[in-house]
Amino acid sequence: MANSINDYSPLEQHLLNDFQRDLTLSTTPFADMAKQLNVSEQEVLQAIQSLQQRGVISRVGPVFRPNRIGVSTLAAMAIPQDKLECVARIISAFPEVNHNYEREHEYNLWFVVTASSEEHLDIVLYEIEQHAEFPLMSLPMLDDYFIDLGFQLKEAN
Amino acid sequence: MSNMELNKHVLQITAEDRALIKFVEQGLPIVSRPYAEIAKQLNTTEQDVIARMQQLIDKGAIKRYGVVVRHKELGYTANGMVVWNVPDERVEELGICIGKYDCVTLSYRRPRRLPEWPYNLFTMVHGSSREEVEHKVAEITQNCFLQDIDHTILFSTRRFKQRGASYAAHTAKETVKPQVKKPATRLHLVKK
Repeated sequence: MANSINDYSPLEQHLLNDFQRDLTLSTTPFADMAKQLNVSEQEVLQAIQSLQQRGVISRVGPVFRPNRIGVSTLAAMAIPQDKLECVARIISAFPEVNHNYEREHEYNLWFVVTASSEEHLDIVLYEIEQHAEFPLMSLPMLDDYFIDLGFQLKEAN
Repeated sequence: MSNMELNKHVLQITAEDRALIKFVEQGLPIVSRPYAEIAKQLNTTEQDVIARMQQLIDKGAIKRYGVVVRHKELGYTANGMVVWNVPDERVEELGICIGKYDCVTLSYRRPRRLPEWPYNLFTMVHGSSREEVEHKVAEITQNCFLQDIDHTILFSTRRFKQRGASYAAHTAKETVKPQVKKPATRLHLVKK
């Protein structure tokens, strides 16, 4: 795992910094990036694959807006420390769960649950409670005040 | 009040779009012609895939389209979910103020769950260390005039799972419609 922006090649730094939004909807998006960076398409494809394999990039693609194409909620549970890992594993196994974190608080397990419909979400929340055997506090988003411009690495450029 | 009230902005998504979303939410294939590759899987044309992606963007279904980085691998090793107990009439103003900071990646209003959970504004603050996050929170507190607002920082200590939302997961389950009671802890709220 790298800890500094300097661990990345100049091409990687540009790929990480410059293309977090407004990817072109052309037939050849990676060739478009390559052209902009004055490198070959093959170099871009290889660099992205490498960043993906190293876990630096989770993917290249759309980030869907919450509650537009489906419904989601932030869920929290208070789990005794000796059971936390086991419960976390049960919860992570649900395909509807992402961003499952331990946090320092009485509510120590926090995860996002997404589903294609309200009905499906209710079923999944119920199933999670049944499998985890702990009550779940559901905190759906009511308003979004953040304009997502991606996550910029200021050290680059 | 039904939970449906929360979702008045949910778009009507066709089965075809749902199938497309299922592919692209895992990321584009990293190949020269990614949309052609997806089209092959969906038994349609490259142009159709691109046109429908454009529609999803135009309808506001997509918030951001590009490289999705995992911040932790980039040296932002500390992330604190900072939750604030803000008077209802000031949530929007303060949510926007906090959301403008470079180190902040989320700013959401969520319901309180009294008595155990009084916080209604959720922000995610990133830094290279716990001290840096605390320092940034202090700076935000000062600049957004939050001195009188109760807040707490929930640092993440372990990541069990991080990936994109799966809106298309297990759609087959929906056709089963088992009789279940709603979780008792799930309250019904109205969107402002």
